[in-house]
Amino acid sequence: MNQELKNSPTEQSEPLLKIENLKKYFPIKGGGYFKGNKKVVKAVDGVSFEIYRGETLGLVGESGCGKSTLGRNILRLQEPTEGRVFFKENDILAYRSHEMRKLRRQMQIIYQDPFSSLNPRFTVGEIIGEMFDIHGVAKGAEKEKKVKEMIELVGLDPSRYHSYPHEFSGGQRQRVGIARALALNPEFVVADEPVSALDVSVQSQVINLLMKLKEELGLTMLFIAHGLNVVRHISDRVGVMYLGRIVELSETDNIFDYPAHPYTAALLSTVPEADPRLKKERIVLKGEVPSPANSQAAAISEPDVL
Amino acid sequence: MDKILEIDNLVTAYQGKEGFVHAVDGVSFDLNRGETVCIVGESGSGKSVTSMSIMRLVEFENGTIKEGTIKFNGEDLAQKSNEEMRKIRGSKISMIFQEPLTALNPVFTIGKQITEAILFHHKVGKKEAYRRAEELVRMVGISDPQARLKQYPHELSGGMRQRVMIAIALASEPELLIADEPTTALDVTIEAQILELLRSLRRDRNMSIMLITHDIGVAAEMADRIIIMYAGKIMEISKTQDLFDQPLHPYSKGLLDSVPRMDGQRGVPLNSIKGSIPRLNEVPKGCRFSPRCPYATEKCHAEMPPLEARGDRQVACWHVDRLLQDESLKNEIKGGGMDESGVKELSY
Ligand SMILES: Nc1ncnc2c1ncn2[C@@H]1O[C@H](COP(=O)(O)OP(=O)(O)OP(=O)(O)O)[C@@H](O)[C@H]1O
Ligand SMILES: Nc1ncnc2c1ncn2[C@@H]1O[C@H](COP(=O)(O)OP(=O)(O)OP(=O)(O)O)[C@@H](O)[C@H]1O
Ligand code: SF4
Ligand SMILES: [Mg+2]
Ligand SMILES: [Mg+2]
Repeated sequence: MNQELKNSPTEQSEPLLKIENLKKYFPIKGGGYFKGNKKVVKAVDGVSFEIYRGETLGLVGESGCGKSTLGRNILRLQEPTEGRVFFKENDILAYRSHEMRKLRRQMQIIYQDPFSSLNPRFTVGEIIGEMFDIHGVAKGAEKEKKVKEMIELVGLDPSRYHSYPHEFSGGQRQRVGIARALALNPEFVVADEPVSALDVSVQSQVINLLMKLKEELGLTMLFIAHGLNVVRHISDRVGVMYLGRIVELSETDNIFDYPAHPYTAALLSTVPEADPRLKKERIVLKGEVPSPANSQAAAISEPDVL
Repeated sequence: MDKILEIDNLVTAYQGKEGFVHAVDGVSFDLNRGETVCIVGESGSGKSVTSMSIMRLVEFENGTIKEGTIKFNGEDLAQKSNEEMRKIRGSKISMIFQEPLTALNPVFTIGKQITEAILFHHKVGKKEAYRRAEELVRMVGISDPQARLKQYPHELSGGMRQRVMIAIALASEPELLIADEPTTALDVTIEAQILELLRSLRRDRNMSIMLITHDIGVAAEMADRIIIMYAGKIMEISKTQDLFDQPLHPYSKGLLDSVPRMDGQRGVPLNSIKGSIPRLNEVPKGCRFSPRCPYATEKCHAEMPPLEARGDRQVACWHVDRLLQDESLKNEIKGGGMDESGVKELSY
């Protein structure tokens, strides 16, 4: 198909972000009886990929497979154990903290939980305005004007400037979180399950908003979610993560129509389909994700078909 | 058909700061033996309060059943004493709650908690209870039951804990299982396992299941019939296939349309329902959905439509015909005209 070719990121743009062999290991407290035999959780275990300018890369995988950790480490909100992250060809893991602080303007995160990610004691104006304060971008009347623009951009009434988070519904709060993340016009955003906590009716509003912003601002996005239908809808390419690794990464249509990896196929077959006619053979994965702490033992095999 | 549950005009209220609020406001529906019914609706629509009312648990949270009857096998649960209810709860009717971790006692092993449940409902010895516990645990898909029974809740993953909760709920061999968002906190692969388990219970034991969810995909897969709830009222009751073929209520349609479909076109704006569900102390006077409804008229703002039969479906809306007309127009424009099911739908 023509359109697919056009969407193909390799055809049209350069990578904005390049991740090489990224690892994040967490030590386990009290793990192992013998000294020198420290146990670790390999939350991210050698991940490499590129994200192209203007692209939305979806990231899916079971709970605990390392999606959020990967997102946080790419933004250096956590220090990776190993590997490299290039933003516009600069190795940002080598950045000092003041350089990193400057870079923060261009890389932001939207969190999953609209209820706890906003400080309840601050007004919406203060929550979004804080972004301008931190980076010394705007003050006073100009700041207020910019904040109101952001509030409007995410589809809320600018008169809500003085409202507190508890006066908003879940979807509205998520919009505030998005406004905050986008306030400084970042080029890259990690959206970590931005709609998972929301009702379907509100989900669609937020998805539409993100797609609109991508279009209007040329945003590049790493979109983490466990709702596969949502990921399919919004992503240009999709990466499938299992036990800290990317097992498959491909164009969205490809992944969903021709999953190459058995784990991807199993994951796809579990999606509850919002239409009874589309019921299908399920591949029920028996058992559960082995703990990443002993992942050596957990070679992925052809899943059991129930 | 053999009805196991008949709810008529249920009104459940909570004492709020500004007087009583009606969380469930005149809800009526039936459940047939061996049937799975899903209740779907946005957060705050009264799904949990409905199930807590059936279990008569609302009283423990400052709620009251103000009106209505809840007939279970012909007997009105609303009239039962607390003592009588205690015997029914967890034996003839079991419930699985939303949050598996908090529902298990952290200081006792899984084995102890399941055998307790068995001993409570059956006159058997400890040994026999333990044997049955093993059987239950195996039945809910946990391997190596002997080892698992010795573990504590925190040693199990979310999916396992939820399966343990189901095992406890099944210990009494209930006739009716109420599952309130049993998979919401879990991810898709574990969700698939739990749903498969519920399906097999229904198949093998003819159990009646009332499943609460706000995931339309889950409802599509599990339900014989779907009940759409909004702001304390039922908007529509339809067989699952009928609902997906053609929703009758604007709210049902809004819900279905807002979910990205796996076979839909990617990247296009999704339909969404504007606005949000009203707070209970400020529900609109007429149709509760009217502030968000694209079809709303004067009449809608003034008068609440009753839930009325339409064929073998039920719907509470003044303007079902306008919605259907719109849909058939859309189908014609799409080309190919209406398919047969569309014609049938219109000729009720
Ligand atoms: N700060 C930490 N210390 C120790 N272990 C951690 C830490 N953060 C994450 N982990 C572990 O790393 C693994 C990956 O966690 P992560 O939160 O990245 O998963 P996820 O894919 O985002 O899961 P979910 O879908 O549930 O959000 C898990 O086993 C988790 O327990
Ligand atoms: N104990 C309580 N006291 C006061 N109000 C309550 C109580 N429990 C529920 N409510 C109110 O009743 C309404 C319906 O709540 P309910 O829990 O039934 O919603 P729900 O449909 O189950 O939503 P969710 O999808 O979020 O679980 C809500 O407005 C809620 O605030
Ligand atoms: S009664 Fe009126 S407002 Fe209510 S759903 Fe029907 S058309 Fe919409
Ligand atoms: Mg996460
Ligand atoms: Mg609930």
